[in-house]
Amino acid sequence: MAEEAKGAEGGLEFHPMDQFIVKPLFGDGPVGMFTITNVTLWLALAVLCVYGLMVIGTSRRAIVPSRSQSIAELAYGFVYQMVEDVAGKDGVKYFPYIITLFLFIVFANFLGLIPMAFTTTSHIAVTAVLAMAVFLTVTILGFVLHGISFLKLFWISSAPLALRPILALIEVISYFVRPLSHSIRLAGNMMAGHAVIKVFAAFAAVLAISPFAVLAITAIYALEVLVSFIQAYVFAILTCVYLRDALHPHH
Amino acid sequence: MEGDIVQMGAYIGAGLACTGMGGAAVGVGHVVGNFLSGALRNPSAAGGQTATMFIGIAFAEALGIFSFLVALLLMFAV
Amino acid sequence: MAEDTHATDGMDKTAEAPGMPQLDFSTFDNQIFWLVIALVAIYLILNRIALPRIASVLAERKGTVTNDIAKAEELKQAAVTAEENYKKALADARAEAQEIVAKAKADIQADLDDALAKADAEIAARSAESEKAIAEIRAGAMDAVAEVARETAAELVAVLGGKPDKAAIDAAVAERMKG
Repeated sequence: MAEEAKGAEGGLEFHPMDQFIVKPLFGDGPVGMFTITNVTLWLALAVLCVYGLMVIGTSRRAIVPSRSQSIAELAYGFVYQMVEDVAGKDGVKYFPYIITLFLFIVFANFLGLIPMAFTTTSHIAVTAVLAMAVFLTVTILGFVLHGISFLKLFWISSAPLALRPILALIEVISYFVRPLSHSIRLAGNMMAGHAVIKVFAAFAAVLAISPFAVLAITAIYALEVLVSFIQAYVFAILTCVYLRDALHPHH
Repeated sequence: MEGDIVQMGAYIGAGLACTGMGGAAVGVGHVVGNFLSGALRNPSAAGGQTATMFIGIAFAEALGIFSFLVALLLMFAV
Repeated sequence: MAEDTHATDGMDKTAEAPGMPQLDFSTFDNQIFWLVIALVAIYLILNRIALPRIASVLAERKGTVTNDIAKAEELKQAAVTAEENYKKALADARAEAQEIVAKAKADIQADLDDALAKADAEIAARSAESEKAIAEIRAGAMDAVAEVARETAAELVAVLGGKPDKAAIDAAVAERMKG
């Protein structure tokens, strides 16, 4: 492996991918389906954070909100506005679904930024499940609501007739690439940011460049905070866009 | 020896695939720059179009992520 | 395939530099299982508890704000009415006060006139009385002077050796007094 080679030559220890290893929380056994792993721990923490913000934070039901309650209301209003603006009025029915995805990704991303944490959203398995859930929901919803005429989504009637089959092919391909780009975008962003931080952390062991490395880690960390939120936002807003396609396939 | 050559090819390919990210960077910069130049001409209409800008960024970025994915696959999965 | 080797010798993964843990398919079922549980948990938490609660709080706040605005509008209306009433009362009071002042002035004027008239009458009576007294005194004085003149004349006549003629003296005194 490349990391080993570099480590042997320069005395540096590069293990940027070690942080993503799924391992059992108790003991050393193999990872089975129901093994309690670090994935379990950080997913549970994300659930707890959502519970803490949205339930415990709002438990006083105050007319004049406390700090945590106003954050919860802000999140609610933010996602609600997004669903209403992008997916339309009849998309509001699916608002709980989208806010579930949004809050889960936001908290998983931010929990992953804690040093020594495990970033659940950096795993393709996790993001692929999220993206496939969105893809399947949207596709099934489109066929249930519009029947076979949902396929008109791919048949662009405003284009010249000769171009339509080609456009339809492109549209079909781009439709099926959606879950792929949807999941890889989130996992790739998370993975790349954390790996880059790890690489700079390894540089920090060299005395001559360690101040620069620490500064770089700080800067990338700040960027990652921004990226964590933006990726959750992008994931949610793309879900809304796909939902709009399912609700109104006739462009 | 043969394995080494395969690995070398994989690594070179991964490096080449990473140039695709530059294209994504250009694309994202183009989207945001054009959004900004439009927004500064008509700031009142900018607020409603922020979501559209993010969708555009997401689409431009997706292609860069594909190249990143190809690089990763060449590095670790081939 | 890197992930296959890792899947098989997954025990000592931490010791070597791993390939890509994301492509280690042996952990996928585990991750997917726990992810689905987490997502269902979040969905239930949000859908059952959090979202209805926040929606009701937001609706309640909206209601309260609308109510408060309506109440404020009402209070403003009341304030405007109160101000109008106040102004009216003020104008009324001012008019009444002017009336009272005018009345009081008229009363005082009447009293004053009365008093003046009375005083004038009294003064007139007094001066008439005094004039009468003066006249009386003057008359008395004249009589006294005539008496003295007569007596003196009689004395003078007697001293001169004549025989005082009372009638002549009276006539002479009266003559002199007239003149």
